[in-house]
Amino acid sequence: MTVLDIRDLTVRFATHDGEVAAVSNVSLSIAKGECLGIVGESGSGKSQTFLAAMGLLAPNGRATGEVNFSGMNLLTAGEKALNSVRGNKVSMIFQDPMTSLTPHMKVGRQLAEVLVRHRGLSAADARAQSIAMLKRVQIPEAERRFEAYPHELSGGLRQRVMIAMALLCAPELIIADEPTTALDVTVQAQILDLIRIAKDETNAAIVLITHDLGVVAGLADRVAVMYAGRIVEVGDVRQIFKAPQHPYTKGLLACTPRLDDETGGALLTIPGQPPNLQRLPPGCAFNPRCAYVMERCLRERPALLPDAAGGLSACFLTNAQGAP
Amino acid sequence: MWSYFAKRVAIGVPTLWAIITVCFFLMRLTPGGPFDAEAPVPADILVNLRARYHLDDPLWRQYLDYLVGLLHGDFGPSFKYRDFNVTGLIAQGLPVSLQNGFSALLLAIVIGVPLGIFAALAQNTRRDYIVSAAAMTGIVIPNFVMGQVLILVFGVWLKDSVFHLPAGGWDDGAFPNRILPVFCLALPYIAYLVRITRGSMIEAMRANYVRTARAKGLPFRLVVMRHALNSALIPVVTFLGPATAFLLTGSMVVETIFQIPGIGRYFVQGALNRDYTLVMGVTILSAALIIAMNLLVDIIYSLLDPRVRYNEARS
Amino acid sequence: MTGVNLSSPHGEALKAAGEVDGRSLWQDAWRRLLANRAAFISLIVLVTLGVVSVVGPYVLPWTYDQIDWDHVEAMPPNFAMGHYFGTDSVGRDLLARTLFGGRISLMVGILATTVALTIGVTVGAVAGFVGGKVDQLLMRFVDLMYAVPLTFFVIILMVLFGRNFILMFLAIGAVEWLTMARIVRGQTLTLRNKEFIDAARASGGSTTAIIIRHIVPNVLGVVMVYVTLTIPQVILLESFLSFLGLGIQEPMTSWGMLINDGAAELEINPRTLIIPAAFMTVTLFCFNFLGDGLRDALDPKDR
Repeated sequence: MTVLDIRDLTVRFATHDGEVAAVSNVSLSIAKGECLGIVGESGSGKSQTFLAAMGLLAPNGRATGEVNFSGMNLLTAGEKALNSVRGNKVSMIFQDPMTSLTPHMKVGRQLAEVLVRHRGLSAADARAQSIAMLKRVQIPEAERRFEAYPHELSGGLRQRVMIAMALLCAPELIIADEPTTALDVTVQAQILDLIRIAKDETNAAIVLITHDLGVVAGLADRVAVMYAGRIVEVGDVRQIFKAPQHPYTKGLLACTPRLDDETGGALLTIPGQPPNLQRLPPGCAFNPRCAYVMERCLRERPALLPDAAGGLSACFLTNAQGAP
Repeated sequence: MWSYFAKRVAIGVPTLWAIITVCFFLMRLTPGGPFDAEAPVPADILVNLRARYHLDDPLWRQYLDYLVGLLHGDFGPSFKYRDFNVTGLIAQGLPVSLQNGFSALLLAIVIGVPLGIFAALAQNTRRDYIVSAAAMTGIVIPNFVMGQVLILVFGVWLKDSVFHLPAGGWDDGAFPNRILPVFCLALPYIAYLVRITRGSMIEAMRANYVRTARAKGLPFRLVVMRHALNSALIPVVTFLGPATAFLLTGSMVVETIFQIPGIGRYFVQGALNRDYTLVMGVTILSAALIIAMNLLVDIIYSLLDPRVRYNEARS
Repeated sequence: MTGVNLSSPHGEALKAAGEVDGRSLWQDAWRRLLANRAAFISLIVLVTLGVVSVVGPYVLPWTYDQIDWDHVEAMPPNFAMGHYFGTDSVGRDLLARTLFGGRISLMVGILATTVALTIGVTVGAVAGFVGGKVDQLLMRFVDLMYAVPLTFFVIILMVLFGRNFILMFLAIGAVEWLTMARIVRGQTLTLRNKEFIDAARASGGSTTAIIIRHIVPNVLGVVMVYVTLTIPQVILLESFLSFLGLGIQEPMTSWGMLINDGAAELEINPRTLIIPAAFMTVTLFCFNFLGDGLRDALDPKDR
């Protein structure tokens, strides 16, 4: 059963120098209880896809397409309908726990207000449930932490608070946007464990947005790779790691240091610069950096089609894209 | 928090002392005494005058006398208004100026802050452009032009209508006499506050935690009032410090145009008449006011942002 | 989405684009400035005003202090007589006076800002670059100066040393440098640890040489924005002083003085107030728009 279904989503930003498409024609669906990893470099549009889906774009952004969630299109839904979904049926965990909590409010109040809003709880009940949730995400001395300001907590604790906040209303979908990027490595592992536990306990679907393939490997069932605002490859997590199809995915994997490294330790990088969304080359956006570039790639953009490995990829080499 | 407060006071006192000292020696060391500008005074009278004002004492003596006087609230005699001392003039003028100043400040906050928020939330729409353009106009049209225009409109053109307002005079603070000067004094503040609030609100609405609050499904009004407003107000509070300085400068113009007996007008009169003690008195008082206001701003800071209570580095 | 906020992708994107196309940051900024209609029009108006107020007094049939003895009274505009804006209450040509007053006001604005710029950049760059005790001392001083009612001090200086043009802009400049110093210091602090400064130091550059050759050119953008916003403040301050009778002295004139003169006959002759007031207001408007435009052009993510 599909929880969230994104159809042909395009996100544009009005800037000083004209419009920029941050996301182009993205279609994705997330099944109940599934964990979908979204991987890509900065600026690949992976965060904007889901911010747009939740109606959280910056004021200069505009989204077209469809985002279906329990029978309603979130893109055209009113603010009120959106607010009944956000934080309630779909919750989000953001990248930077340092700046994602309101600095002048006590942590507890920020948790409790969600329950007051969506569950109509009294202040006392909201407090009790919030503290219980803080305990569930393994925050020691939860009662005391409930009365703390965000700056009095460490980065790891703050991210736990964010997770607790996301779990409060037992959502159907949790969107975690780079939940571990700003944290120390040891804390990263703890937070990922926590997300895994949350996933198993609540059976919520999870979207895990990250630039780190390692994070995806441990948690995700399926992976979508994004480049320059488009999905270039989607597939089962094992298939993607074992037999990546798109040259960009291959490049990403080659860049990830591995313990079973046989290449002699040289860390590879993808040549060239990350794409500039305002000056994308004609044809395939990856063509300036692609090792397998062909003449056709400079003229035409490959569509996202089934490939031999059983997933979808957007490359002339991986599937028959019609006659050249 | 209290140590922070004490530290600020400890910086304020020497600052004030330095201002007093610089003022004093500037006044006494420049060529030309306060009585030189007048019609020639006979030599013997001049000697008497100098003796009466202790100008024949050695300089350090005069300086110490002045400092001791200040500690007792005595700003010395006015060189011009022979029967008054500066303390008396200030005691007359200060309440008038403070009443007007704070009325103007209050008016400006009540109008300027909501307008700024309104513009910020409608960023880059026509409503925003209209408010921003109006604010820019308020900033570039000087007080003294605005004052004249107000007088022309409400004092002259509307003389026979119900909207007529006195074009000047104080009349012991009668309400109609206050309207134009307070409004005139408030206008530039309103404009500044709109700009400051708009900018900080836009910034605040971009903050990650505001996105979190929206992602939690809170209604927009709650997101703005509970999560964004607090940090948007910090620059507004910061402005209150310099605002005191503007207030005092503004009062010079407004009190001159509307003929109001406040310290701003005394200062201008004193400057034109080379009434050194009066000028000094008002300057020192103003410095003290500014320092006190900055202190107040620091306290409000710590109320708005809990981090300041722990982090004293913000100064 | 590490580090990139797509609500404002143009900053990074443009820098990258600049590198690719070999265009400099300044060319980009210039292009963006011209694309900003308000800033572009303001620039044209300001240049025109500058040229007219310098050239105008030589071209007009009347000089600013010449009395038309046939009409020693305020006269409405009269093209036949060459009084395009009419005359003031003692029969002096209002256009000539407004242009001459504009010349003085603009000159005070620019010269005082230059003084503020020189002091501010020097103090700020030295404090930021040298750091340590020097930095602390200088910035304490700046903090201290912020508590001083500076307008009062300018007035005191004017009273003590007589009201003249040179003192006027020196005095105003001497009080307007504080914010400049703070801004430049902040910028310098971030520059100090950049690689090219290390490189300059490693190749044996002296502190002075590094400040002049590397720090100053790199803070220029921010400084220029601030300069454009300081000039109108100074013009306003000068007009304020002149209005109170504490600024420029007759027979010289400035916009503030003209406004003061006009205010005296507001009821009979609003024209004498409105014309100089309009010139000044338009100028201040333009400087502010230009300043805002420059800021957006140099740091586009600010909008």
